[in-house]
Amino acid sequence: MFLKQVSVFLENADGRLGSALNVLKNENINIISLSLADTTEFGMLRMIVSDPEKAKTALKSAGLSAHLTDVFAIKLPHVVGSLQSVVETISKAGINIEYMYALSTKDENACIVIKPADKEACAKALEGMKLDFVTDEMIKNF
Amino acid sequence: MNKIWNEAKECMSRDEMSVLQSKRLKKQVDYVYHNVEHYRKKMQSVGLEPGDINGIEDLNKLPYTTKDDLRDTYPFGLFAAPQSEIVRIHASSGTTGKATVVGYTRRDIEIWSECVSRALTMCGLGRNDIVQVAYGYGLFTGGLGAHYGVENLGATVVPMSTGNTKKLITMMKDFGATGIMCTPSYLLHIAETIIENGDFENIKLRAAVCGAEPWTEKMRLQIEEKLHLNCHDIYGLSEIMGPGVACDCELHQGLHIQEDHFLPEIISPETLEPIGENELGELVFTTLTKEGIPLIRYRTKDLTSITRCPCGCGRTTARIARFKGRSDDMLILRGVNVFPSQIEAALLELSETLPHYMIIIDRVNNLDTIEVQVEVEERFFSDEIKELEKLTKRIEGVIKQAIGLAVKVKLVEPKTLDRSEGKSVHVIDHRVFD
Repeated sequence: MFLKQVSVFLENADGRLGSALNVLKNENINIISLSLADTTEFGMLRMIVSDPEKAKTALKSAGLSAHLTDVFAIKLPHVVGSLQSVVETISKAGINIEYMYALSTKDENACIVIKPADKEACAKALEGMKLDFVTDEMIKNF
Repeated sequence: MNKIWNEAKECMSRDEMSVLQSKRLKKQVDYVYHNVEHYRKKMQSVGLEPGDINGIEDLNKLPYTTKDDLRDTYPFGLFAAPQSEIVRIHASSGTTGKATVVGYTRRDIEIWSECVSRALTMCGLGRNDIVQVAYGYGLFTGGLGAHYGVENLGATVVPMSTGNTKKLITMMKDFGATGIMCTPSYLLHIAETIIENGDFENIKLRAAVCGAEPWTEKMRLQIEEKLHLNCHDIYGLSEIMGPGVACDCELHQGLHIQEDHFLPEIISPETLEPIGENELGELVFTTLTKEGIPLIRYRTKDLTSITRCPCGCGRTTARIARFKGRSDDMLILRGVNVFPSQIEAALLELSETLPHYMIIIDRVNNLDTIEVQVEVEERFFSDEIKELEKLTKRIEGVIKQAIGLAVKVKLVEPKTLDRSEGKSVHVIDHRVFD
């Protein structure tokens, strides 16, 4: 149900993003999707990559602060209200969404990455919705 | 030439001064030996008795006093006078959050006021002047010390304290203030505010008496140029008395020490041996007339040099050069004493092991800024901005609690801060003091 996301703490300064991406390129890791949250001082780079464990190890040995975070990646049909119904289910269960971003896929569907405050409670809340989750296994063949 | 407040003392011959200092030193040593247990034990441990000190030539037989002695005897352990004789307490920040406490008898306050009056006279101020005191009033010696000195001079004191620049400038104009006492960085800020408003009309300032933080000759000239006045450097420290221990005259060739009350020495901070005139070393003071908390050979940790040749102003008192820094790692930020160890102790409150950190000091628009950079290590990591901002606020909170000053915390990537060999450098001070 969960998907491993690589999170990297970066200073908001020249060349920092480039150095992180350079590590992934040298390790032949593909970035499937990313989101970059920024503040004046620092940024948080969140990525779905072809091999998250390898990415984490490589980034860490390059001296960067990289971690794996469990997120939900949910395939959604291109239909009005499909995202709304997922968000409504989560919010009705009283769970806060910390952040979300879109995941690019090759198939017809859209895909959304969601990081809830409480992942177990969120998993339970989404159980009954018969959703199509993207998993670590599937990511390798993206 | 400006007037001299106490010609008998400030212009006495060097021989007469030595005789007076010797007489007072003998008396002071006898007084502390019989009234302060800590000093008695210290002297006994090196086999000294008051009778062994017959004059200033015996000074270097006496052990040094440091801030540690004050801390170890917190709060009143070094007081020589009984509480019934103590009329005032002041305190300054200490290295581990414990304040350094000093007490004054009525006579101590009189002598302090006399010293400040001498300094103000050196700066060309007198009874016909209106002087704004814009040092902080409170436990800090700056405000009240300056205040009593202005009153003793017979001038009119306006106790502004700090914090309301607009009101200060309005009153400066409305009252026709001719003198001001504050930190040099605050005066530059005041000057720039006046210049911004472009309104020099009704500003009658003639003299500024600045101190309580390190500054440069360049800053002094800048203040003079911006405000069209004479700017003077006043020095002091609460352990010895407060502002007025020394001040520079209109010739600005060093700060005249009130030597009949404070006996200066310059020592090598490494060997602790006294060193010669005009050589850079650590300033050490022995109080000669103090009753509340007399200190023997107190190491100020301030680095300077001393000259005893007579000054063109007519005074014969020894002069110290502008300060060149400190022999310890104490920082003076916005007039507040801060030790990096205080910040380190605060960071240790966050977790058991110390994160890598760096303190960056700068001066922006004449105000000291403090940035503490902390590496985001494993245990601090979160991929939520909210959590990282919470962490930043939390670190800012514990540091403010520890040093009493607001700092800016910046989270940085791991292993980006300098790890030098041996003693690691934790402070980068970008301020320029020439």
